[in-house]
Amino acid sequence: MTPDLLKDLNIAASEGVLALGGLVLLMVGAFVGEKSARLVSVLSVALLVAASAVAATGPLGVAFNGAYVADPLAIYGKVAIYIASAVAVVLGGGWMQRERIARFEYPVLIVLAAVGMGMMVSSGDLISLYVGVELHSLALYVLAAYHRDDLKASEAGLKYFVLGALSSGLLLYGASLIYGFTGSMRFDEIAAYATANPGVGLVFGLVFLICGLAFKVSAAPFHMWTPDVYEGAPTPVVAFFTTAPKLAAMILFARALSEGFMEAHAQWAQVLILISLASFVVGAWGGLAQKDIQRLLAYSSIANIGYAILGIAAGTEAGLQAMIVFMTLYMIDTMGFFAILLSLSRNGRPIRTIADLAGLKNDRPVTAIAITVLSLSVLGMPPLSGFWGKYYVFGAAASAGYWMVAAAGLVASVVAAFYYLRIIKLMWFDAAPDGVARTDKAPVESQWIGWACAAFAFPLVIVGLTWLEPATRIAASGFGAG
Amino acid sequence: MGAIPNILSVVTFLPLVGALLILIGRLTTKNADGLARWVALGTTLVTLAVSCVLVAQFDPSSAAYQFVERYAWFAGAEYHLGVDGVSILFVLLTAFLLPICIAASWTTIKDRVVDYMIAFLVLETLVIGVFTALDLFLFYIFFEGTLVPMFIIIGVWGGANRIYAAYKFFLYTLLGSVLMLLAMLWMANEAGTTSIPELKDYVFGGWAQSILWLAFFASFAVKMPMWPVHTWLPDAHVQAPTAGSVILAGILLKLGGYGFILFNVPMFPDASVLYRPLVFTLSVIAIAYTSLVAFRQTDIKKLIAYSSVAHMGFVTMGIFAGNEQGMQGAIFQMLSHGLISGALFLCVGVVYDRMHTREIAFYGGLTSRMPWYAAIFLMFTMANVGLPGTSGFIGEILTMTGVYEASTWAAFVAATGVILSAVYALTLYRNVMFGEITNPALATIKDIDLRELAIFVPLIIGTIWLGVQPGLVLDYTAASVDAVVGGWRLATGG
Repeated sequence: MTPDLLKDLNIAASEGVLALGGLVLLMVGAFVGEKSARLVSVLSVALLVAASAVAATGPLGVAFNGAYVADPLAIYGKVAIYIASAVAVVLGGGWMQRERIARFEYPVLIVLAAVGMGMMVSSGDLISLYVGVELHSLALYVLAAYHRDDLKASEAGLKYFVLGALSSGLLLYGASLIYGFTGSMRFDEIAAYATANPGVGLVFGLVFLICGLAFKVSAAPFHMWTPDVYEGAPTPVVAFFTTAPKLAAMILFARALSEGFMEAHAQWAQVLILISLASFVVGAWGGLAQKDIQRLLAYSSIANIGYAILGIAAGTEAGLQAMIVFMTLYMIDTMGFFAILLSLSRNGRPIRTIADLAGLKNDRPVTAIAITVLSLSVLGMPPLSGFWGKYYVFGAAASAGYWMVAAAGLVASVVAAFYYLRIIKLMWFDAAPDGVARTDKAPVESQWIGWACAAFAFPLVIVGLTWLEPATRIAASGFGAG
Repeated sequence: MGAIPNILSVVTFLPLVGALLILIGRLTTKNADGLARWVALGTTLVTLAVSCVLVAQFDPSSAAYQFVERYAWFAGAEYHLGVDGVSILFVLLTAFLLPICIAASWTTIKDRVVDYMIAFLVLETLVIGVFTALDLFLFYIFFEGTLVPMFIIIGVWGGANRIYAAYKFFLYTLLGSVLMLLAMLWMANEAGTTSIPELKDYVFGGWAQSILWLAFFASFAVKMPMWPVHTWLPDAHVQAPTAGSVILAGILLKLGGYGFILFNVPMFPDASVLYRPLVFTLSVIAIAYTSLVAFRQTDIKKLIAYSSVAHMGFVTMGIFAGNEQGMQGAIFQMLSHGLISGALFLCVGVVYDRMHTREIAFYGGLTSRMPWYAAIFLMFTMANVGLPGTSGFIGEILTMTGVYEASTWAAFVAATGVILSAVYALTLYRNVMFGEITNPALATIKDIDLRELAIFVPLIIGTIWLGVQPGLVLDYTAASVDAVVGGWRLATGG
């Protein structure tokens, strides 16, 4: 018994490290007090980096009777998620100090969310799926309301919590239906049962499960919470929301569908295609009239999740690989975008509206170039990184035969191009509205992170893809029908 | 033969090196404007020299792609460059026009000179890349990439309504080209290769051809531009700075025609035969309708922009005529129009720099104050109309011959376009140049100076030389055009 348990724990070692470390950091914060914010931040970055090293070097296998899986997909996901979380901690530090809301809970909450996300990408059955989702969601609800004296942040936290609870309910209901029809929680056993006894009931539960997960990734028509939460939550928290949790939920999405329900691919592919079409439309048209940058990026994120879901809908190995490549590149782009937003402030206030960026070219040319590169990249302009993400996704969708959906997605990307171009236009073509000193001294670390992400978007991506391609291919191998 | 290894990569990326040098100069010196001008001019001249070497080493008797460079890349795409008799001339045209653009902006651009020069050099790399790329996705990257520097050029250094024009230019052409991307994914998926020469040998099914043809057509027709998707062009031209208009009319429009010759005709010959009536109809409307529209313009630049649309109508007809004369004429017309329309936009720039208006009504009687200018403008007006002895004539007569063989009616209507072009061009010339000077503001206007003359001289030489000795171009294109038209003949069973 004991050797087995040790083996199981070894497979889940990175989450164990994070969970224990997170609790220790909480104790440190509680005993040292408010002064410890910086110390806890540094330690939690170290902890996240250590956890990703543990995950990368850990053994492959299945633990806890199939509830927990460590395969290349999970390991790729964990490394990316932990690093993104660490970057979010770094980004938050300087900004929160400037806004005078620096407290030690922020890094601790991110570490705890990372534990949940690690579980999500490793989940092999419905229980660990649900526990992972809840664990990370609870941390995110608190993070959304982190700026507790701010009315909008409190509103964001509450909205997120209420709607998130609803989606968890849907998820749980779907899971219980699936369990009721198949008699098992494990994805592989569900798949085996579904092959032997195909039926409508299982699909019924599956649809609820998809709805619940679509809520978590903020895909239309389950996106309603996204713009409000993104607008209200503190900027570094939003930077975190758009990256690591999205990747975790997308990997979970892909794993649950392709491991447990490949038999019903024809059915769930239809649902996913509808979801991704709706996301293109909402994301592209909804973003057109936005003035608040964070709201704009919320719509941008909805549209981009639509592209990623299209990769899963293809149901092939190439589709899953496309989704992972797309999400990875998208994470780097948005992380860079937020890092730059965090590094700017206008007359002591953080940048809130798009108009605040007007004339940035004259004040901070390098930063303006970085934003331009990142915007063009998210827009999908070749040869920037965002183009390659779309290239993979549309290639996979096309080879799966979804021509019309791919065409719709491309047309939507032209519509969305308008709002990315508006950002570029404001920075390059327009003058600053008032001649006063516009931008203050930037927090150095977020500025450098932003520049580095822009440099990755172009030209480093050309080199980066030569290792991203094999890495994601290994991660995606063995999934889907192809 | 290979005196310069990887000469195509060199000629493609040389301007980018110049852009980097300017960037370094900006970071290290305080007053980088003068440096930026000289580095940009030097880089474009070196690029021109290298592309002359390229042309000298090219073997025109072969239809095969030459100077081929091919390396594996990632995600199924390849880094694959090569030129044939058609594309090499466009490379030369690009390398020829860029130093002129830089020289034309020498004193007129005072604001953000460094950015301006970098934008032009990046644009040159991308455009040459389009003409040398032999991989589907590499082609797409270069083709799409041209939008960004042009968007910046129009948006930053353009006229009063520049932002509207920049958006319109960008979104219009982006919409066209995403359909092309989809078609490329389809082709790569079906044929299992992204190499353009290999795809030319692959035979697509009839239904697939007709869909793919339309997708590529959507992209190139917008770029060309063909009626009715030409409306972005007058706005972009009017708002762009002079050199921006030159490069837009001289080179970027040619990307559309080049695309037709590279993709639509050789890869989808059955569809090309099928859709020929559509192309002819649109082209004929473009020629007749936009000529009439041009006649009614009050802005000089807008008039020339509409005349460009009309001239591109000849090009599309020639490409789809399905015979050597038509295709040769279309290519010749594109090259010649690159010189002539570029020169005409420069002519507009000359008076605009002095008076800051392009209203035709503002001018009148310039011959008495600006005799040299009047002579040069006359020369290019005549070339634009297609006067024998200029390159404009050769292009028109060859396309008309080719089109006549394919469809008498189309040739008949197109011929009216030749007359209409004389109507609007000569009216413009009369209103701007002849008569008494009635506007007191013009009393002190100065004739062109040496710098401006130096800009026009190569264009004059080029226009006349090609008009007198068209064989210079036609010998280069003959083998490649034969290869393309041969596929068409098979499709029609002729």
